[in-house]
Amino acid sequence: MLRIPCLYCGVRDEVEFRYGNDAHVSRPSPAVSDAEWSDYLFNHTNPKGVHFERWCHVFGCGQWFNVARDTVTHEILAVYPMGNPAPDLEE
Amino acid sequence: MKGYSVFSLVRNAFSGHRHWNPVWRTPKLRKSYDIVIIGAGGHGLATAYYLASKHGIRNIAVLDKGLIGGGNTGRNTQVTRSNYFWPQSAAFFDHSLKLYENLSRDLNFNVMLSQRGVLTLAHSHHELESLRQRANAIQINGVDSEVMTPAEIKKLVPLLNMSARHPVLGGFIQRRAGISRHDAVAWAYARAADAYGVDIIQQCEVEGFDINDGRIAGLQTTQGKISADKVSIAVAGHTSIMTAKAGFRVPVTSMALQAMVSEPIKPCLDTMVASSAIHMYASQSDRGEIVLGAGADVYTSYAQRGGIPLLEENVSALLELLPAFSRLKLNRQWAGIVDITPDTTPIMGKTPVKNLYISGGWGTGGYKAIPAGGDTMAYTIANDNAHPLIEDFGLERFEIGALIDEGSSSGVAH
Ligand SMILES: Cc1cc2nc3c(=O)[nH]c(=O)nc-3n(C[C@H](O)[C@H](O)[C@H](O)COP(=O)(O)OP(=O)(O)OC[C@H]3O[C@@H](n4cnc5c(N)ncnc54)[C@H](O)[C@@H]3O)c2cc1C
Ligand SMILES: [Zn+2]
Repeated sequence: MLRIPCLYCGVRDEVEFRYGNDAHVSRPSPAVSDAEWSDYLFNHTNPKGVHFERWCHVFGCGQWFNVARDTVTHEILAVYPMGNPAPDLEE
Repeated sequence: MKGYSVFSLVRNAFSGHRHWNPVWRTPKLRKSYDIVIIGAGGHGLATAYYLASKHGIRNIAVLDKGLIGGGNTGRNTQVTRSNYFWPQSAAFFDHSLKLYENLSRDLNFNVMLSQRGVLTLAHSHHELESLRQRANAIQINGVDSEVMTPAEIKKLVPLLNMSARHPVLGGFIQRRAGISRHDAVAWAYARAADAYGVDIIQQCEVEGFDINDGRIAGLQTTQGKISADKVSIAVAGHTSIMTAKAGFRVPVTSMALQAMVSEPIKPCLDTMVASSAIHMYASQSDRGEIVLGAGADVYTSYAQRGGIPLLEENVSALLELLPAFSRLKLNRQWAGIVDITPDTTPIMGKTPVKNLYISGGWGTGGYKAIPAGGDTMAYTIANDNAHPLIEDFGLERFEIGALIDEGSSSGVAH
């Protein structure tokens, strides 16, 4: 089971959260082609390894935040606010 | 291929079963093939078999980084049904069920198909209404489907607790649906494809593609470079990783789907029972184990293990509906990585790279699709043109907005 450190409430069990898939996706202008629009709508990075993703603490504070998590080990490597860029995990 | 029969069984019994032939060869990877299929799961193997048997193409390799059927094909809960809501899905999956009905004979290998019926329960009046609508849609699709009253259900599955917290108000059943033996399906196709000369290379991982002018030329593997006229991807949970190496994205999220089995007990459950509302489905295997399936952990994962919260939810759902199982011990619990599409319909057909094909997005329900998946992909690869049954399953549907939303009409993962 994931133990997710909510930025605002601290560590809680995964069942309190909702997953929001990729972080750092921004909506393109409506003028883009159908291909670019469907890429934005449907495609995810879906990496095997470090994933930058959004979680919402639905059964807690109700806030969204970003998490860097390894999709193989499930280790949580960083937690950071919405709007912040992805952290450099090399440091 | 030496056929299996009662005579071969008797003959080999006399020599103490020491002289059975290997079921398939262990060939060395050659430098060049007409067609290379990535992934020796059910889909890859069936595609190779139909390419050889129906289209006369024999110079084929099927490569797997692991073992034959060691992926989701050997990890699933074996539900084989065709009661789908949308006409395209019903036509495709019923073709598959029909192929399953003759598969043991066609491949001379017992896949242990047991058409014991798949019963889906309704626990509220709203659910019963939508279930009736589904049952009607399925009948209009030409697939068998019957609505059942609580009394009929209780008679069919006496162990069911009808007045649980979520009481059983009705249900619908596809009687032709059932289960079959997953390993046998992989082995049967592997043996039959091998007999046509298809090279099945195990422990050979594909690491990249050689693409010239937008057209596939070959592959890089852990056993060296090879050239190929056509390549097809059938790697389930690793679909997006493979396509990224070929330079394009696909709309899948990889998640861990789990299942579990209890210790074996005497026969007591001869129907597959499913409930979307409280999220569980269960059947009893030929070995007597209760096979229990749940949903996928709802976050991206490549860890082949299932989370504990879902396991708990699943077991409590089982015990609520079938309380007689409360003393059973769980023997095993496991997970496979499934690639889930936004509409839970597979992605099949051509790709942006010429002569590169894809059969993926099988998500939580591609076991039942193996025969039809193989048949239609073989046609598609041989003719470089989508088989009529899978015309609507192509990658382009996301761009034109022609999704086939089975997710909302099927609910439970199987
Ligand atoms: C727990 C669970 C329960 C399920 N229950 C059902 C059910 O009841 N009914 C149903 O219809 N479906 C069910 N499914 C789904 C079903 O198992 C899959 O959709 C189906 O098996 C997919 O078959 P496949 O041949 O595409 O993939 P797989 O059988 O997973 O085969 C893919 C193969 O590709 C190989 N591979 C991956 N990457 C590479 C690479 N780079 N190079 C070489 N080889 C590679 C893997 O080693 C693997 O052997 C379930 C799945 C799970 C996990
Ligand atoms: Zn919180």
